[in-house]
Amino acid sequence: MAAVPLSPLAASLRLGLAPRHYSGQVQSIAVTHQTAGLSACEMEQRLIELGFVEGAAVQILHEGLFGRDPIAVRVNGATVALRRREAMSIEVA
Amino acid sequence: MADFTPTAAPRFAIVGAPNCGKTAVFNALTGSRQKVGNYAGVTVERKSGVARTPGGATLNIIDLPGTYSLRARSPDEEVTRDVVLGTHPREPAPDLLLVVADATQPRSGLRLVMELRKTGRPMILVLNMIDIARHRGKQIDVAGLSALLGIPVVTSTAVRRGGQDELWQAMDAAVANGIAAPTANLWSPPSASDLRQSHREADALIRATVQEPTRPDTLTNRIDAVLLHPVGGLVILLALLFMVFQAVFSWAAPAMDLITAGFDAASALVAQLLPPGLLQSFLRDGVISGVGGVIVFLPQILILFLFILLLEDLGYMARAAFLMDRIMGGAGLHGRAFIPLLSSFACAIPGILAARVIDNRRDRLTTILVAPLITCSARIPVYTLIIAAFIPDRQVAGLFNLQGLVMFGLYAAGIGAALGVSALAKLLFWRNQPSPPFMLELPDYKMPRARSILLGLATRARIFLKRAGGIIFSMTVVIWVLASFPRPPVGATEPGIFYSLAAMIGHWIEPVLAPIGFNWQISMALVPGMAAREVAVSALGTVYAIQGGDSVLGQTLAHSWSLATALSFLVWYIFAPQCASTLAVIRRETGGWKWMWVAFGYMLALAYAASFVTYQTAVLLGAG
Repeated sequence: MAAVPLSPLAASLRLGLAPRHYSGQVQSIAVTHQTAGLSACEMEQRLIELGFVEGAAVQILHEGLFGRDPIAVRVNGATVALRRREAMSIEVA
Repeated sequence: MADFTPTAAPRFAIVGAPNCGKTAVFNALTGSRQKVGNYAGVTVERKSGVARTPGGATLNIIDLPGTYSLRARSPDEEVTRDVVLGTHPREPAPDLLLVVADATQPRSGLRLVMELRKTGRPMILVLNMIDIARHRGKQIDVAGLSALLGIPVVTSTAVRRGGQDELWQAMDAAVANGIAAPTANLWSPPSASDLRQSHREADALIRATVQEPTRPDTLTNRIDAVLLHPVGGLVILLALLFMVFQAVFSWAAPAMDLITAGFDAASALVAQLLPPGLLQSFLRDGVISGVGGVIVFLPQILILFLFILLLEDLGYMARAAFLMDRIMGGAGLHGRAFIPLLSSFACAIPGILAARVIDNRRDRLTTILVAPLITCSARIPVYTLIIAAFIPDRQVAGLFNLQGLVMFGLYAAGIGAALGVSALAKLLFWRNQPSPPFMLELPDYKMPRARSILLGLATRARIFLKRAGGIIFSMTVVIWVLASFPRPPVGATEPGIFYSLAAMIGHWIEPVLAPIGFNWQISMALVPGMAAREVAVSALGTVYAIQGGDSVLGQTLAHSWSLATALSFLVWYIFAPQCASTLAVIRRETGGWKWMWVAFGYMLALAYAASFVTYQTAVLLGAG
């Protein structure tokens, strides 16, 4: 899936802001905030390990009750739960 | 237990991502020839066992903690990294790695294989749960994968007999051909771009060898539409918890009665065989009542763990963490703290041990510190005694029983205190740090396997009896000494405990406890009550020299205590660190005295403050 051409015109958005049932592709990983004890680099690596790499297809399947958080995301055939705050680092389109 | 580690046998280490079925493979290979211990200095479980292959070889198998990468980020993963790299101080390097990958979800397993290849160690890739993958219509070209990776690849199913045949053959072949010596270790911590690269390679491998089903399986998603529904999911979770509690308390009762009867019989036997004296008292009041007082919780712990293991195997536990994350997060707890706190309703000790699933140290510490506030079963005898003696048995608002309401209130107070304390800890100590991330895989639902559940249950029971057993026994001895020495003088008219160190402590702390309404008899009973909370009931029996059942004791207490004292005593038991074994387990699990004293100190302060307010308010209202 690495070679999927991405339109530069596609409006990108942060996965942390996407509504339920949203589906798209990962554009880039850009860690914008600090998380306890984790450097931006570490955070990026963890997201990659969960399957959030450029070009991966993502879909928001479920969300929690309070603040619609956390979210369950289908990524590359696996389902991953994460908080919206962490999902802010994932740019999708 | 026999020593299961023949030193000359080849050492095979099982490596794999969490949830890949690694433990099932380990169980299938070693059966009951397993040993569970701890790695020195860290609280990481060390699981090893011996496998006898059909070809007649004997192998040492070690099950390493699950990891997605050698890039270790928790103590568990550090152990895996160090053992695989051969840099672990105690554990010799393995001769061969059995890398287990989930065939239904092979990507993370394949990425791990590519990273492990750099370590230069010989490997066998085990595609586990192949039956489920095939059932879902996923076809894997095993020979092709083996050719591309350059290592033996076998499939396995944990569910059926013979599911490990290919793995056994591959292991026999590896031994027969002579296990290759490791080549140079080229591994270094991967950067983000390395990870992206290996991800792409894994994707390329999957494209080349895995044929995805034409009709994707949507069962998990359909179940999740119900179980992860924002409102419905929480309702179902609460209903499930309610059922689990019902089962824990009702199913365990006959077994608990049996254990109590057994220990009573042992006590009576000792009384017959030995003359009254120090030895008889040590065996009966120290060993039998102390150890029995804790073993009696084993049935509840096993039933609770049966449900936890079932739900875990089913794939529901990760969902429960998902549903609870925001609620627990509001109190400064991690979604994964849910299981440890649930276990603490039976006993805080398995709860504290279960906190190991939380990889962030800060979150784990908070969970360990608040787990003893959750109402454990040992508080029930204390609560029922006092409630039956002091709270009138009448209806409130024509609907609720007052005694039941008080019991419910005590449980609610425990939960509220645990959440409140963790929220406060977050506010006071960690205000400026954002909370650590919550990221976890939600595995596809699978049918639980009886065999792995039973083995898991046996392991839990063994851990509880072994870890807790040693601690409980030593604490019991210490407390017996406090309650028995010095010996009563000749011609003493009062029970022996009146002349003991416990009585001295009782008299000594009485002025401190007087403002919360405790007399010196209560103060004294608190000392043996440190062995286990419900021992305080029998200690009160001794102090008030009561012969007969709890109801007689209740009547005596109702005459000698004021209502204010009784309420204060109940409130004390919500918060007070009245369990030496729990404190000792906290010390072990946190690796030092510091956090044990923190737990002891804050619980004592909380108990005193709450009892003070309760007693003084009750006195003001005329219940003194």
